[in-house]
Amino acid sequence: MTVENIPELTPVSLQDEIETPVLSLTQLAWRRFRRHRMAVAGAVALVLLVLYCTAGSLFFTEDYANFNDLSIKLQAPSQEHPFGTDTIGRDILARTIYGGQISLLIGLTAMLVEIIVGVLIGAFTGYFGGWLDAVLMRMTEAVLIVPQIFLLLVMAKFFGGSIPDIHLFGRDFSGSVIVIILIIGLTAWPYTARIVRSQFLSIKENEFILAARANGASTWSIIFGHILPNSIAPIVVAATLGIANAITLEAYISFLGLGVRPPTATWGNMLEGAYNYIDQGIYWLWLFPGLLILLIVLAINFVGDGLRDALDPRSRAA
Amino acid sequence: MGRILEVKDLVTRFHTAEGTVYAVNGVSFHLDEGEPLAVVGESGCGKSVTMMSVLRLLPEPPAQIASGTAFFKGRDLLKMSEEVIEHDVRGREIAMVFQDPMTSLNPVLTIGYQIEESLKAHLDLEDEPARERAADLLAQVGIPESPKRLAAYPHQFSGGMRQRAMIAMALACEPSLLIADEPTTALDVTIQAQIVELMLELRQRRKLSLIWITHDLGVVAGLAERVLVMYAGYIVEEATVDDLYDRPQHPYTLALLAALPRVDRRRNQRLKSIPGAPPNLLVQPHGCPFAPRCEFAISRCRTENPGLTDVGPNHRIACWIDVRTRKQR
Repeated sequence: MTVENIPELTPVSLQDEIETPVLSLTQLAWRRFRRHRMAVAGAVALVLLVLYCTAGSLFFTEDYANFNDLSIKLQAPSQEHPFGTDTIGRDILARTIYGGQISLLIGLTAMLVEIIVGVLIGAFTGYFGGWLDAVLMRMTEAVLIVPQIFLLLVMAKFFGGSIPDIHLFGRDFSGSVIVIILIIGLTAWPYTARIVRSQFLSIKENEFILAARANGASTWSIIFGHILPNSIAPIVVAATLGIANAITLEAYISFLGLGVRPPTATWGNMLEGAYNYIDQGIYWLWLFPGLLILLIVLAINFVGDGLRDALDPRSRAA
Repeated sequence: MGRILEVKDLVTRFHTAEGTVYAVNGVSFHLDEGEPLAVVGESGCGKSVTMMSVLRLLPEPPAQIASGTAFFKGRDLLKMSEEVIEHDVRGREIAMVFQDPMTSLNPVLTIGYQIEESLKAHLDLEDEPARERAADLLAQVGIPESPKRLAAYPHQFSGGMRQRAMIAMALACEPSLLIADEPTTALDVTIQAQIVELMLELRQRRKLSLIWITHDLGVVAGLAERVLVMYAGYIVEEATVDDLYDRPQHPYTLALLAALPRVDRRRNQRLKSIPGAPPNLLVQPHGCPFAPRCEFAISRCRTENPGLTDVGPNHRIACWIDVRTRKQR
């Protein structure tokens, strides 16, 4: 090997200091999320489904969705009714659009109820410990040991007609929607509470919490300003999965006829009664709402999965 | 100069599943305004617990401050309500810098947020002035391009920068006393020197009282005027820096100094160590805690705790023996 073959080294300029762009944690998470193909597909599907439910209402009015004409009942998909008509002659396409709005509304708000209650209870039990922890966690376990479905059905039956219809945003909502939101939210929080509690238990032992206290941070700011942001990843994941869970649960109780009362459509109560017609080949009654539930639950679960990976500080792929 | 802090007979215990841990057993010391004080001792001797008891940072239970007083500017910190000490003292009057800058900054909050937080809480500053002040503080602790750095997260800082940021956080509200709990232990030697220098400079500029906890006797020399040596939850010697190095009187201090590596020692000479291990703090202390490891120990040492006694101006030790004559004093 001859010396001449060695290429001359380019001198490193001192001005070429590598400038690391300051990326916020959100930006880092977004980078990781983009790498998760299924999650991105799920997110796209989710956006499309939300568009379907919202933009769709520009083409049909709610009165049209609830308008029944027995003379055209059980019609197969056609030009005029692309998804066919149901047992009392309502247009299924329009009903999946308005039903989707209610299903999404229930999913989101039930999740909010679940997360707010779960985070508060989990945060206080985890942070303060002691008798507060003992009392609240026994309560949590009490809710947990009763199967959620059973609890839902009993509560749905018990509180079913207790809230009158309400008028909001120029629309009438069946009071049963509120009931369903509350009972789903109030039976699902124990899972979130346990996740948040375990997060708080471990994060509060960190030295940075001690340092924050030593520099005068109040208890309130320790809980909500220091520990909660550190446990946001599992909470976000629990929240997304909570939406999917709430949508399925709503479908479940509505299917059993205890959920949202007609004429307000939801994807769940559209399935109600469809099973009587399965063997007659009237597939359009259950196919479209069923497919939409399947799609949205799958999409949300993929997004949740992607978020779990993206928000996990230990996964360094970025 | 007036006393800024006067701690008397502080006793702190931890009630754990294995039994009671006797962590601090009647510690008394004082600090004058603007004075730098060093507290030395090996790991687990109660240095940090003493300071955390004074600031009431220990979780109670399991910790219990069994007795004592800690007067800070005329108010007893040990009798304050949590709300008062949180709002009036911690971060406002007394701030603390911790050992490991890697773990003492919140990883999901920006440096700026963490500095601004105490400015907002204690000085009621609005967003904009708080941000300006925070940038100014970062500049003061020697972080270049400080306005831009406020948006950075701790993981984007090096160890030395994080410790500088911690110091900026601690000094945000211009406290009158800064407790530094081994602030250089987790850093490498060159950075250590920088941090020590920074602290000394800030102390001088701001007329800050300083308590510097360390187990590195080498750091103490250039830093403090007075030193407390702690062992097993007791103060065993209190002296000026010069006295401590030139005329150490407690057998434990002697042993510690003998264990220091020296530049002028022959190369093949082994470092001297103190035989035995520190006492089990689960056992109720009786007698002198150092007696089992002490080469001067007499029978009285095992039954009676000597307590601190004056042996000279500004020099107190807790020992029955005069180490120069090897006789009971």
